[in-house]
Amino acid sequence: MPSLNRLIAGLVLAVSVVLGTAAAEAHPHVWIVAKSELIYAPDGTITAVRHAWTFDDMFSTYALQGIETKVKGAYSREELAPLAQTNVESLKEYAYFTFAKGDGKKQKFTEPVDYFLEYKDSALTLHFTLPVKTPFKARQLSLEMFDPTYFIDFQFAEKEPVKLVGAAVDCKMQFERPNDGTAAAQKLGEQNFLDGSAGNFAMMFANKITVDCP
Amino acid sequence: MTPIASRVMRGLALSAVVLAAFAVLDGAVHALLAQNPFGAPRAAEPQGGIVGWLLAKQSEFYREISATIRAAKSDGSAVWTLLAISFAYGIFHAAGPGHGKAVISSYMVANRETARRGIVLSFASALMQSLVAVAIVGICAWLLNATAKTMCGAEKAIEIASYALIAAFGARLVWVKGGGFLRALRLPRPALAMAGAHQHDHDHHEHDHHDHGHDHHHRHAHDDHGHHHDHGHDHGHDAEHVHDEHCGHSHGPTPAELAGPGGWRRGLGAILTVGIRPCSGAILVLVFALAQGLFWAGIAATFVMGLGTAITVAAIALVAVSARGVAERLSGARDGGGMVIMRGLEFAAAGLVLLFGLGLLFGYVAAERATCL
Repeated sequence: MPSLNRLIAGLVLAVSVVLGTAAAEAHPHVWIVAKSELIYAPDGTITAVRHAWTFDDMFSTYALQGIETKVKGAYSREELAPLAQTNVESLKEYAYFTFAKGDGKKQKFTEPVDYFLEYKDSALTLHFTLPVKTPFKARQLSLEMFDPTYFIDFQFAEKEPVKLVGAAVDCKMQFERPNDGTAAAQKLGEQNFLDGSAGNFAMMFANKITVDCP
Repeated sequence: MTPIASRVMRGLALSAVVLAAFAVLDGAVHALLAQNPFGAPRAAEPQGGIVGWLLAKQSEFYREISATIRAAKSDGSAVWTLLAISFAYGIFHAAGPGHGKAVISSYMVANRETARRGIVLSFASALMQSLVAVAIVGICAWLLNATAKTMCGAEKAIEIASYALIAAFGARLVWVKGGGFLRALRLPRPALAMAGAHQHDHDHHEHDHHDHGHDHHHRHAHDDHGHHHDHGHDHGHDAEHVHDEHCGHSHGPTPAELAGPGGWRRGLGAILTVGIRPCSGAILVLVFALAQGLFWAGIAATFVMGLGTAITVAAIALVAVSARGVAERLSGARDGGGMVIMRGLEFAAAGLVLLFGLGLLFGYVAAERATCL
């Protein structure tokens, strides 16, 4: 019955337009330039990740809105303490955008310690340390940083993006920056449709650190 | 059963089905999320090449906004650059459920809205979005000098309210459209009923007559839905009535309704639903402009951004309306089967709005986040 085909064609067309528009498209509103340190215990276990995230000027200004200071335009660590508290509390919901794996096994973090904000050159920097829930040894450690909803864009700093603190001398670190956004999105789109996996778009913007310790 | 009682029963049955479907979906999504290797709270949508390019463009424009506002402090002419960038950003940015293009286009399909209404709805909701953003920053930051935390709290509250509104709006559409769809399914097809009654002698003749009749009703129904709706309900099961009732139940606008002030009352639901949730980008730009002592420039940028957004959303709404038109033509909506398809399509679009609202509300659909960090 040819008209049945037409019916289906019409239905598919209309529904796909509606569904197509329902797809969420995110793009960043906040930019973070990051420096990270991997903290090792003397016995070679990985105990924590220490981040220093510098926000872009628009978000920095937004975050500072309404904060009273003694000196106009200068923010002390104490004056910023409540904001730092809010920051780390909010980050919990997003797993601190930090995803670690030891030999392929997912590792968890506990709540941040030693957190504070610093204001310099009209930019806010959030410092915090994420203790690993159970310190672990790994032949290969991979650490990724990204926002799954891509509201925040993470970039590692040009200078000294990642440091290993207290790691054995023969540990080798590899550091991958995210690819160019356009090419990455294209590649991902094709891959997803080809292998049908529930890939993660923001992953393409992930900064990946790999540490191999023999 | 009286017609009203049967309608209520049908509505209840329908609600039960929707809830059951959602419960199943809920379980499925949880199972899927549990397998997410990154333990991410919400999975982002995979995106293609064009979208990737759009993202890159948006980021570019957005990052230029803060630099331009800074420049405008010393050089007034930079405000023009700011407005141009904001407009371009708005056009590119009109993506994401926060801007309601999905809600508006689904609503357009479900409620058989005209292209003109689609354009007006898009612009009105974008205007409201800009107003809400200016109101939040104006009251919280400018008047009360509240902190970002307070503002983010307000944003979050509005966000939840807007998702609930989308769900409620969807539920209402599902209620109305579900009734029409079920009726279209249950009642005898007008074509078959009439053909069956007169088959013996006047097959050919009857066919011509029949087509003619339907053509007429179809057009007629478009012109004057409201009347036939009432009319249809009081009558029995003759073929003509059935047809009228189908069309009547779509609640499409009559010309009088469209022109008169009351006609926009229904559209107001869509405007409120979409417009209540401000864009996080606009909030950031406004606070930044306020801090630079150029709040007015931020407000101007916000409205121009809204204008850009409205253009894109209107374009998408027009595509949705045309697609519906194409579907209607392809399915040959004049015969009974096509009618069922179209009612089904409207029902599906209504269901989409409901699921979308529930998805946002329960965090399954990734939306643009409120600026809380």
